[in-house]
Amino acid sequence: MGKAMNHREGSVMVLGGGIAGIQAALDLTELGFYVYLVEKSPAVGGVMAQLDKTFPTNDCSL
Amino acid sequence: MLTNADLLALEGTPGNFTATVNLRPRYIDADSCTACGLCTQYCPRHHVDPYNEGLSITRPIHIDYAQAVPATYYIDPSSCLFLQHETCQICVPVCQSHAINFKQQPEERKLQIGAVILSPGFGKIDPKTLAKFGYGKHPDVVTSFEFERMTTASGPFMGEIKCFSDGRHPKRLAFIQCVGSRDIGCNNGYCSSVCCMYAIKEALVTKEHDPEVDITIFYMDIRTQGKDFDAARERAEAIGIKFVRAKVADVTPWENRLQLTYATLDGQHKFEPFDLVVLSVGLESPKDAKKIADITRIDLNKYDFCATNAFNPLQTSQQGIVVAGAFQGPKDIPESVTQSSAAASLAAASLKQVRGRGVEMKTYPEEQKVAADDEVRIGVFVCHCGINISSVVDCAAVANYAGDMKNVTFYTENLYSCSQDAQEVIKKKIKEHKLNRVVIAACSPRTHEPLFQETLRDAGLNRNLFEMVNIRDQCSWVHAGEPELATIKSKDLVRMAVAKARLIQPLPEQTVPVTAKALVIGAGVAGMTAALNLAEQGFDSVLIEKGDAVGGNLHHLHHTLAGDAVQSHLQTLVDKVTKSKKVDVLCNAELVQTAGFIGNFSSVIASGKGKTRVEQTVDHGVIIVATGGREHRPDKYLLGKSKKVVTQQELEKQLAGKAKTRAPGSIVMIQCAGSRGDDLNYCSKVCCNHALKNILKVKEINPDSQIVVLYRDMRTYGFAEDAYMEARKLGVVFIPYEVDRKPEVTEKGAKIQVRFFDSIMQEEVVMSPDLVALSVGIVPDDTDTLSKLLKLPVTANNFFLEAHVKLRPVELAVSGVYVCGLAHGPKPVDETIVQAQAAAAKAAIPLVKGYVKVDPIVSSVEQDKCIGCGLCVSLCPYGAIVMQKVDGKRKAETIAASCKACGICAAHCPTFAISMGGFTNEQINSQIVAFGATGDR
Repeated sequence: MGKAMNHREGSVMVLGGGIAGIQAALDLTELGFYVYLVEKSPAVGGVMAQLDKTFPTNDCSL
Repeated sequence: MLTNADLLALEGTPGNFTATVNLRPRYIDADSCTACGLCTQYCPRHHVDPYNEGLSITRPIHIDYAQAVPATYYIDPSSCLFLQHETCQICVPVCQSHAINFKQQPEERKLQIGAVILSPGFGKIDPKTLAKFGYGKHPDVVTSFEFERMTTASGPFMGEIKCFSDGRHPKRLAFIQCVGSRDIGCNNGYCSSVCCMYAIKEALVTKEHDPEVDITIFYMDIRTQGKDFDAARERAEAIGIKFVRAKVADVTPWENRLQLTYATLDGQHKFEPFDLVVLSVGLESPKDAKKIADITRIDLNKYDFCATNAFNPLQTSQQGIVVAGAFQGPKDIPESVTQSSAAASLAAASLKQVRGRGVEMKTYPEEQKVAADDEVRIGVFVCHCGINISSVVDCAAVANYAGDMKNVTFYTENLYSCSQDAQEVIKKKIKEHKLNRVVIAACSPRTHEPLFQETLRDAGLNRNLFEMVNIRDQCSWVHAGEPELATIKSKDLVRMAVAKARLIQPLPEQTVPVTAKALVIGAGVAGMTAALNLAEQGFDSVLIEKGDAVGGNLHHLHHTLAGDAVQSHLQTLVDKVTKSKKVDVLCNAELVQTAGFIGNFSSVIASGKGKTRVEQTVDHGVIIVATGGREHRPDKYLLGKSKKVVTQQELEKQLAGKAKTRAPGSIVMIQCAGSRGDDLNYCSKVCCNHALKNILKVKEINPDSQIVVLYRDMRTYGFAEDAYMEARKLGVVFIPYEVDRKPEVTEKGAKIQVRFFDSIMQEEVVMSPDLVALSVGIVPDDTDTLSKLLKLPVTANNFFLEAHVKLRPVELAVSGVYVCGLAHGPKPVDETIVQAQAAAAKAAIPLVKGYVKVDPIVSSVEQDKCIGCGLCVSLCPYGAIVMQKVDGKRKAETIAASCKACGICAAHCPTFAISMGGFTNEQINSQIVAFGATGDR
């Protein structure tokens, strides 16, 4: 997702870098768009990064 | 990626927005920080760690967790001695890479963007709401978020669950559900839709820690309506977790324990002591929801979540701005992930004219040629993983041991092999020592192999000239108590990896072109939405429908729970689909045969009726399966035998009619008449909402109508809870029944009788209503044929099985095939639409790229050895091997683009003609030999 330039055609801003924002950003880059992922905390990951396992398969969350 | 950033303003119009973003300083230079952690060790100030829900102490200068992205430390200004009082600055000289910079200032940036996706997540319930359950007063009352950190091995207590009051291990644990949800006391009338699942998960995890713990979950309704979620609940019950339907009134201290006061359905008041009480707190709208709404001018609903409607579930009230995740309404991870992909497809469709303009492609140096007879020069890197490995394994000894091995030209240790600076070291050493094989002894290849392979590519080496040894999970973690043996095992594993590395060869990176067209199977709301979305993104599709006309189940629906008219939406969809030049609709059509693989499918489709039936061949790059489902027809409760017994769908039709008698004077509704262990093993997810929708309509037409609903759990999740509340206010009676005491429906003359056990009055009741309405559930529509034709796995309940329940919810096991709608599992219209948009997003990815990359690790057939038995073809779960005629003989051949490298073919080939790239028989044999040859290096 590299360094931001001042003007990029075809870019999308994703506000919030939890699992939803990350997935949207990943899909958009795959679909050919530049993404600004704007997250208010110092790291992306959101609440999912705080979870241990996930329901119902008990897969690791990180 | 802009972290520590706040959105300040958004101006402009769709396609041409300007966002102003404020970047708060980290006070640490991201390019210099190596994430070594020294600063945190030296920082003298304590800081309550929000990542661990305040259960542990960190320092103002820290990183939230080891895997955080970006992997740069930061200083929390709220407790830093320098930033608050201009003293200290100990961290500045401590940092070896001079990354600390207190002069950093906030920076405002303007971003030119075409579209916006809002995914700010959810907020937390106010502690004031939790106080009525003793939270904040009694140390042993914790929230589920805190409990999640307590049970986590990487959490503040390394997964040891203890009472905060005196450190004892709890023997009796209670979960209280619906704390801050379904509670008008705190203005959260909605259901948070996730708490039942996480409570069951946390209870199961606790049981894993200590099977002796006695766990009770106090609930109103257990809402495990997601796909295969009920099975987990049953698993929990089977291992002794108790579910008690009761609202807890009070939590009071009782000796060193906590006493719960609660009332059960039969009116008994009970008291029970517990050691630890977990509050299953709900999800609230994000704290800054109002601020976001002010800046972006979007509408919020009455609970301050983003307002959307059922037919356009992700579109906000502002064009060019879409929403995804919990901000749209409380939801779990798979739903959020699905919405994100869908939101991406909507944004992509709105900006298709400028697609690809802003993206830079990463370039790699030219790949260095490594021939089979070149001298093997292996570099071995042993990772300390901070102290994760080195506190148990003697890393220096392992590295030195490797250094003595044949062909090892370079060896060293890294503190964190995955850190930015270590990557640079690895690249430098590859060039300096002309390494042509790299062995890294570190953590799991599952998480880190791609990273190291990327480093090899950056250094001009083929990424398959790499071997990874997992000395963390397999040595330091499992043998934490036996450091010497762990070190010996690490040496063994490294010796084996080096033996294999001597034999590994570069594997070619291949790409195959893609036919930019989709085949969409099924023209219900899912199929039509997916095809239209693809059209909006600029791609053609062929939409085939088994029936006479497009539309599917929407023909049976008249309005949604929120009151939106279904038929007008259906008409719009049908018009769009039939008029679109990019969608080719074929009715009375079915798939006869499909050959090929992602990017290059070729299908034979038969369409038309009788004499006009024709077969045609369509070339396409992707397949979207939207074959749908239908109402289940149980052979019980007199359905089909008595005119007075109807399904909810039939009742809906009746209610949409014109006759005055369409709303009967008395109705008994039976929920789960087919689902959840009746005929079907699963919850059909939509029936509770469907029943409520009809109830409200009946009450609208005939307010005097008396309605009794017999249910097991009312699963009106999310905002549908409002409708449930409204129905109760209108006097509708809801009575739960147990699965072993189901209601009975009999005919007595012209009358119909319903006999059931009233769990509130504790007695048998007989009623003679005018009508009985059954919530019958949903079954998939003939997934068998398609699953055989396309080799798609299905679940035990015959729905298509997604590639990964959480992270790849619309992809199927076969590359290039995606699923949406009822074919995936029961779900309401809005979720179907979102899923269809998500499937379109995923399907569009190969179409946009125009090519697919083939993973180099695939099987290959040595045609000389192949005897053409076809065993591999019949065993391959992905349809990735085909038989070809070569010089008149049958020979197997791998379709590299479809192969998932599972190795089943290679393991079963009777003549050893098949080998796996990167895992040849010679390579694996060499590892086994090296394992036994302890003295031989």
